[in-house]
Amino acid sequence: MNWILSPSQISRDDRNRIGGKAYTLSLMAREGFKIPETLFLTVDAYNAFVNGAGLRERILLELNRKRFKDMRWEEIWDCATRIRNMFLKKQIPDPLKSYLTEKIQSHFSGMTLAIRSSAPDEDASGSSFAGLHESFVNVRGTSSIIDHIRLVWASLWSDAALLYRQEIGLDVDKSEMAVVLQETVTGNRSGVVFSQNPNDETQVIIESVYGLNQGLVDGMVEPDRWVLDRDKKTMLSHKSVQRKHWMIPSEHGVEMVALPEDLSRRSPLSSEEALDICELAYQAEALFKAPQDVEWTIKNDTLYLLQSRPITTLSPSETEDKRAWYLSLHRSVENLIALRTTIEETLIPGMTKTAKELAEQDITVFSDKELADEVRRRWKINQHWVNTYWKEFIPYAHGIRLFGQTYNDAMRPDDPYEFMNLLTQTKMVSLERNRLMEDLTSMVRQDRQLFERLKAGEPLNLDSEFGEMVNQFIEKFGDLSCAVTGGTECATDTRPLFKLLLEMAVNPSSLASRKKPKDARTLEKNFLCCFEGSKRKEALDLLDLARSSYRLRDDDNIYLGRIEAQLLSAVKEAKFRVESFERRGTHKSELDDLKSVIQDFDYGTDHRKVSIEKNEYGSMVSPRQLVGQPAGPGLSRGKARVIRQHLDLQDFKNAEILVCDSVDPNMTFVIPLAAGVVERRGGMLIHGAIIAREYGLPCVTGIPDATSLIRSGDDVTVDGFLGIVTISQRNKMGFGQAFQK
Amino acid sequence: MTHYEDIKNQIRELFINQKLAVLSTHHSGQPYTSLVAFVGKEDLKEIFFVTPRTTRKFENLSADSRVAILINSSMNMDSDFHEAVSVTALGNAKEINGAEKDEILSLYLTKHPYLEEFATSPTCSLVGVTITTYVMVKNFQHVMELHIDQ
Repeated sequence: MNWILSPSQISRDDRNRIGGKAYTLSLMAREGFKIPETLFLTVDAYNAFVNGAGLRERILLELNRKRFKDMRWEEIWDCATRIRNMFLKKQIPDPLKSYLTEKIQSHFSGMTLAIRSSAPDEDASGSSFAGLHESFVNVRGTSSIIDHIRLVWASLWSDAALLYRQEIGLDVDKSEMAVVLQETVTGNRSGVVFSQNPNDETQVIIESVYGLNQGLVDGMVEPDRWVLDRDKKTMLSHKSVQRKHWMIPSEHGVEMVALPEDLSRRSPLSSEEALDICELAYQAEALFKAPQDVEWTIKNDTLYLLQSRPITTLSPSETEDKRAWYLSLHRSVENLIALRTTIEETLIPGMTKTAKELAEQDITVFSDKELADEVRRRWKINQHWVNTYWKEFIPYAHGIRLFGQTYNDAMRPDDPYEFMNLLTQTKMVSLERNRLMEDLTSMVRQDRQLFERLKAGEPLNLDSEFGEMVNQFIEKFGDLSCAVTGGTECATDTRPLFKLLLEMAVNPSSLASRKKPKDARTLEKNFLCCFEGSKRKEALDLLDLARSSYRLRDDDNIYLGRIEAQLLSAVKEAKFRVESFERRGTHKSELDDLKSVIQDFDYGTDHRKVSIEKNEYGSMVSPRQLVGQPAGPGLSRGKARVIRQHLDLQDFKNAEILVCDSVDPNMTFVIPLAAGVVERRGGMLIHGAIIAREYGLPCVTGIPDATSLIRSGDDVTVDGFLGIVTISQRNKMGFGQAFQK
Repeated sequence: MTHYEDIKNQIRELFINQKLAVLSTHHSGQPYTSLVAFVGKEDLKEIFFVTPRTTRKFENLSADSRVAILINSSMNMDSDFHEAVSVTALGNAKEINGAEKDEILSLYLTKHPYLEEFATSPTCSLVGVTITTYVMVKNFQHVMELHIDQ
């Protein structure tokens, strides 16, 4: 059994068993570099775990649920979450566990460890995987060390790592992970040195902070920076910064705290020490015959080398890959807290104010020229907020993911999405809207006369209590007549809304949330019990952040929809004027500008939202069982209602299964009527999944071609536990024909 | 390539790479399965196998010609769960005689040359199954149906 090797045992042949990072350290140890006490856990140990725990095929089954290229980033995150949970839940086979326990206790007695990933794939690809896999520092106690080894193994399957392997064409089936176990040297000064500045080959760069290197590597602590002449070995400059924080060991890892004042006034390195570090980098470069990026730390005036890797000058092909983008979707808690302040205090009030100001304008009194300019202005305003949505709101969703990971690490639940129970039942705008719809519905149900008038399509008395409530509702949430976020399809009146109210009125059972209240309070208590002292406060803050992130996940589109509704109302007015003149057969040159602006608008909007999808399967192929992602637990059966264009919603009947490309906020109007949700777009955190969870509906997301494979009227079973949709009986009327009950 | 053609090609691939299929028949409602060496037509409309007339499967077929045939690419490995493709063909069986028999037997023996003595024995019957539907399972649980226009 060669599960653990020491640096002195490593030969050239072992490189693929311990990965490049570990191999480099072994060479440096052999050459006499001062490195911390180190052992290498080979890929054989990883394989013993995944094979012994029956994980190998489970991982591959998870990764092969559907074609990788069909999976969205969110689905890949879900996939990675499920795999990570498998690694956390599975027992390490006894022989391996006993072996690890014995080695750790005998070799690292009383020490805290750094546990680092060392993936052989990195060597195979010739590229750095920095940032894709996990490493941990200051881990204490044998059982915690073994748990963190699991997490490093699991990080082989992190979302970013999966995407990146796909990007550079590595075979995920053959991926393995080695681990570096290294004594934590609690240096009081740490940093990195580039033996050659990637931007200027005549220079050496040193960056240094007080405390552990984690602060610098994670970008949380700003470093002092020295530039040296590479040939002359002389100092060229020293950029001193305001030193405020340092990262120090804590009971359960590391923490960032305020830097003592006497240290904040002193540079972490003297000029002599900077030259010593420069010399260390030269030696590493000489050994590996290439410029090196070296991490180091100083403890009790002894300089330790932590790791060394070649500096990779990015080739054009490397710079074009999407790794930076994948990594940018992962945000730190601090980053998200700052983003929350911006969103809650600036962006949402800004959106609300904009929508209100636009709504207050009476565009009917505008001249044709003024109206054309107004449509252009509103288009720009709308575009600005759409861009803001992508730039600020989408990354904010990572708050939910961060919390999910912390919850799963602490609780190791059977259901990797149990954490969602702590986030649901929060105050969401869509739920408030659906509650108002319930109020309107009960009025319709109780007033037979009103019911009959709505059914007959008679005009509404706006002075009545019902009329007033409808107006307030429309003012706040729109009238369901226009699609939001990209559609141009509009109905002419409030009939779609009334059709839904009538359907709800005759099906009272549909209105009550089907959700069985989960004991979120007990879950929260159990979760918080896993943390003590300052860590509990951090866990609470993270939960609060996740709740805000979750709430916004649904609300942001509604705020955006209100602005878009104002753009659409201006376009509607413009179209009305043009059409009125054309009906009269007259020509008015002033209308040319309006016509042109309407054309621009229709051209620029996303017609995919309203087009009928082409059926690429042909009539001779029919789906029987489709696999997606389980996004809302439960099982239900009903007739499918496929929403291809926005106005299909008005035909939605009680207890039907909503099948759509992606649930937009307006579609959530019909959720109280639905028996289940099926969505092409995948992921646990998309609107459809979130709203389905709120109502306790079975939900399956990520079914490729859902709206072209499933027909309205098909008998469909939604298995929200397994993520499977079964079509038990086809609607024989054929594609494209409307299904009416 | 359309999805339709794609599915057809995957079935053709199974026809080429797999030698054996599981034939399902029944006797008075009691299901019965047998392993048969098969050959399939390029157009996927028919599947053929040879069986002695004294067998239980032949007796069952004589009473009810409806059959299901399972062809799959599993290799008795863990990886089958994500890699294997499986197809169930539904159809009606009939005994092949007359002029077309020689042509089909030749097709059959090209795939299974070692079965010449068995296939040409006067006690054996060449059975053709006219397929109406293929049910294809991939990725563990993804199921699509292909309907064959006869």
